[in-house]
Amino acid sequence: MTSIYGANGEVIPCTVIEAGPCVVTQVKTIEKDGYEAVQLGFGERKEKNTPKPLLGHFQKAGTTPKMKLVEFKEFEKEFKLGDVVRVEDVFEEGEYVDVVGTSKGKGFQGVVKRHGFAGVGETTHGQHNRVRAPGSIGASSFPSRVFKGKRMAGRTGNDRVTIQNLRVLKIYPEKNLILVSGSVPGAKNSFVILEK
Amino acid sequence: MEDLIKFVESEYAQRRAELPDFKAGDTVRVHVKIVEGNKERIQVYEGVVIQRRHPNTNGETFTVRKVSGGIAVERIFPVLSPSIDKIELVRRGRVRRARIYYMRGRKGKAARIKELRD
Repeated sequence: MTSIYGANGEVIPCTVIEAGPCVVTQVKTIEKDGYEAVQLGFGERKEKNTPKPLLGHFQKAGTTPKMKLVEFKEFEKEFKLGDVVRVEDVFEEGEYVDVVGTSKGKGFQGVVKRHGFAGVGETTHGQHNRVRAPGSIGASSFPSRVFKGKRMAGRTGNDRVTIQNLRVLKIYPEKNLILVSGSVPGAKNSFVILEK
Repeated sequence: MEDLIKFVESEYAQRRAELPDFKAGDTVRVHVKIVEGNKERIQVYEGVVIQRRHPNTNGETFTVRKVSGGIAVERIFPVLSPSIDKIELVRRGRVRRARIYYMRGRKGKAARIKELRD
């Protein structure tokens, strides 16, 4: 993350995303696949680290092996196999995008961090070691069990997260960069999906 | 991909180059643009730099402390903010710390800073 300054001197926190060049690796059609979609590939990958079947897939599109393949439904523009999609083809400054990514893993966390529980009671007046506890997890002899899906402590983060309506502040076509306001899910250098 | 952030921040490189080189202990005069209705005027704020935070990033800020009428005021400015017209370096101070928080506990004679001569 970094920040830029607006016209009135306000600080706008923003994230730099490298959004391309993406290559169309497959065009799915209703006749052949039952639905319409465009598969885009991004990021270079060594040939020796690419599985043979995938290598053939890339050869068909006439490109080098790519790191990530993602399918997009209802793509606005028509693309042919092997076309290169650049940032300026898809995004415009000032419009709003959704960013999908995998959030940072937080390990095994309690209910206060994981689900936003408030904890139990106070820290004084005889209260003792229950500050961040979940409290009761259900009733007694009926139902005699804990309901499925009861929110409890456990592995946190490393989930697919969508952040909606981030403003596109700027586009740098020469480097395929896009500057969106605010933060996006995941660690530095991780992959995200941009949706309009 | 840290260099991508640097690439985006390089847009402000020229503005950064225009600034004087100042650090904690120095006395500076900050010319702040103030918008009142549709008129813009410039207010001068002079004081001692207490600290510079987040150096060499777009989010870099500095804190200026001044004692006015017996009441200490600290203002925090973003270094690259367009609402700063200019920064003047008035006096260099000799301090041994990057953040001179100890100035907050001092007043009168004890709050003096030696001038740095080279």
